Amino acid sequence: MATTAAQHAPLAAVAGPTGLWSWITTTDHKRIGILYGVTAFAFFLIGGLEALLLRAQLATPNGRLLDADTYNQMFTMHGTTMVFLAFMPLAAAFFNFVVPLQIGARDVAFPRLNAFSYWVFLFGGLFMNASFLFGAAPDGGWFGYVNLTSKQYSPGLNIDFWVLGLAILGTASLVAAVNFIVTIINMRAPGMRLMRMPVFTWMTLVTQFLVLTAFPVITVGLVFLMFDRFFGTNFYNAVAGGDLLLWQHLFWLFGHPEVYILILPAMGIVSEVLPTFSRKPLFGYAVVVYSGVLIGFMGWGVWAHHMFSVGLGPIADSVFGAATMLIAIPTGVKIFNWIGTMWGGRIDLKTPMLFAIGFVAMFIIGGLSGIMHASPPTDLQQTDTYFVVAHFHYVLFGGGIMGLFAGMYYWWPKAFGRLLDEGLGRWHWILIVIGLNLSFFPMHFIGLLGMPRRVYNYDPELGLGFLNMMSTVGAFIIGASTLVFVYNIWVTAKRARSASANPWNAPTLEWSISSPPPVYNFSVLPEVRSRLPLWREDGLSRIPDVPPEPVHVPGGSYWPIVAAFGQLVIAVGAIARVLPIVLAGVAVLVISIYFWAFEPFEV
Amino acid sequence: MSSHAAAAHYTSTGLDNRKLGMWTFIGSECLLFGTLISTYLVYEGRSVTGPTTHEILNIPVTSVSTFDLLMSSLAMVMALAAVERGDKLWARMWLAATAGLGLIFLGFQVYEFVTFVHEGLTLQTNLFGSTFFVLTGFHGGHVLIGVIWLLTLLVRSFQGKLGPDKALQVEIAGLYWHFVDVVWIVIFTVVYLIQTS
Repeated sequence: MATTAAQHAPLAAVAGPTGLWSWITTTDHKRIGILYGVTAFAFFLIGGLEALLLRAQLATPNGRLLDADTYNQMFTMHGTTMVFLAFMPLAAAFFNFVVPLQIGARDVAFPRLNAFSYWVFLFGGLFMNASFLFGAAPDGGWFGYVNLTSKQYSPGLNIDFWVLGLAILGTASLVAAVNFIVTIINMRAPGMRLMRMPVFTWMTLVTQFLVLTAFPVITVGLVFLMFDRFFGTNFYNAVAGGDLLLWQHLFWLFGHPEVYILILPAMGIVSEVLPTFSRKPLFGYAVVVYSGVLIGFMGWGVWAHHMFSVGLGPIADSVFGAATMLIAIPTGVKIFNWIGTMWGGRIDLKTPMLFAIGFVAMFIIGGLSGIMHASPPTDLQQTDTYFVVAHFHYVLFGGGIMGLFAGMYYWWPKAFGRLLDEGLGRWHWILIVIGLNLSFFPMHFIGLLGMPRRVYNYDPELGLGFLNMMSTVGAFIIGASTLVFVYNIWVTAKRARSASANPWNAPTLEWSISSPPPVYNFSVLPEVRSRLPLWREDGLSRIPDVPPEPVHVPGGSYWPIVAAFGQLVIAVGAIARVLPIVLAGVAVLVISIYFWAFEPFEV
Repeated sequence: MSSHAAAAHYTSTGLDNRKLGMWTFIGSECLLFGTLISTYLVYEGRSVTGPTTHEILNIPVTSVSTFDLLMSSLAMVMALAAVERGDKLWARMWLAATAGLGLIFLGFQVYEFVTFVHEGLTLQTNLFGSTFFVLTGFHGGHVLIGVIWLLTLLVRSFQGKLGPDKALQVEIAGLYWHFVDVVWIVIFTVVYLIQTS
């Protein structure tokens, strides 16, 4: 006991170890959050570059920049990258960094599993993008419809990279879901009752339940596709009596909850930012929480609205159409609550607030077009056209990415001790709002006027050249706004650490400790007596600057990265079709699990 | 040291994190097997060539292996009880029995698969072959992981590292084992007993 205490003396723990090895072996949720953020942002830039290539190709009729095959690879990788490698892990960066701080915990429930999730995500992303080196990037769309993706019609490695890559990434998400559900349910500080939890933590919990239940479904769908491609099974083989709709059902059973997996964290972030900068508690906290939970439940009952055009019959179409419209109710409730929060507040238009307001405005536009294609007859006119592209980019970019940027500006000082530059932040916001509206609003018309999605060329006689050019210009303005953000990071990094513990005068627990927080987060376990602990007199027990007694901080472990590497080796062996490599990967995985289980590691 | 560990393991619900984590994971596994079983049912009777269910499934033999797996759950309960009361001998006996019964189940499955292949049913033969082998194969894989886990616990017991304070480790393995057992009850019922084609 005495030696343990000496090893984890308070002062040593404050600084924490440095160097590359300390990052590779880290199990600190804050560092893993930063790793997630940096990696996901890099993939965000790659996915954005792919989008710019797509838009450059479509700027004029009969564009010659990309050929049809390359175009297919670009839109497939743009969608797959943005959903699985940029958006979800960016949200994971916030889950990691913010949730333990918001509930008053010293780390997540399973720190090493947390590191494992990150490394699996990194390796999965690298594996998927390695396909470019072989000129065989996935080209079946992010939805990978069979039998287009069957061996017969996609004989190359492209779809193998996609199937194996997604299977790897699914593991990372599932493991993280278990970890965060247990963390939020079980690791709350005394007095942090469920209905005192910040809305971001609540939305994280709902999101993780969606991951937990939706990912096994797509995993099975991918296993079927993998077996069809590798071992000649008949799951999606129409000749043998297989049904192509099975894939569509399995994919969208996952795919629609996935939409909420993407948007709920952004909704949670906005629900933190709006009250802070309106100097008012969130309007109708309980209703916002319950709507989020309801969206989670209802998100499971609407998947077939992605399949109206396959002809499921009038009853199925009606039920799924009505259920989809019903989701508008809890979503609308949230929007009114956000507006109610700002109403009569003392609004402070700092950058996080600008992005949060942008989220609300853009999300409304995307939500409205969403309700339009909830109606099957309308959907039949819009499906597979640019109208749908406009819809989900308003929801996911105008909504989701704006929400994530709000979170970055908001929690940046907590993570790095420095506030991002306000002036550059405003430029970022102005450019992104102009760029995204210029890029995505014309797509509504482009789609309704008849331009289909996923087609690499269009005829000048369609008369869509001007609108497409507008859209392309908008896309490049979005690209420019991202450069402003990168420049902002660079400028900020050179400044001195000057952020106080609570630079925004926010109400929640993470702002009660220094920026950046010490390794152990809280010097003593806080006792929470209010939902807004920093805005209420006596809302929180005193947290001393120096721990009164030594705080145990778990050491690092390299077994998570070794185990994740084993999984990568399995996938490499599978794509090379070399059984010994697969078995070597299994051996690495099993051995590292044993060393992991029996190494001394005390949380 | 133990008081320190206890303080570090304060939880909001009073449940150990690892136990709650296993329950959460089992929730996810329900969807995994739910999807596999649903696919089997959706495709049942849609094979365009034989052999299919009633021509090939051997209910008497599989009833024996089902009984065997059910008994392994009983042995698992006994193993946990023995570990909890610190009875090393019976802890080892029951852990070995649980793993052994699991291995016998796997033996039955290997026998079944080999027989089917000889009778002309493979992964590629028809829809029944694809859905049947992947569903029962996934289950068998879970049983195999469970057996390895139980054998690991058995080794820990022989190393003297599985005292009553480590009963939770056995309990969590037991949760997993019982879940895998319950899944088999569903598979046995819908695949073997209720044949619609």
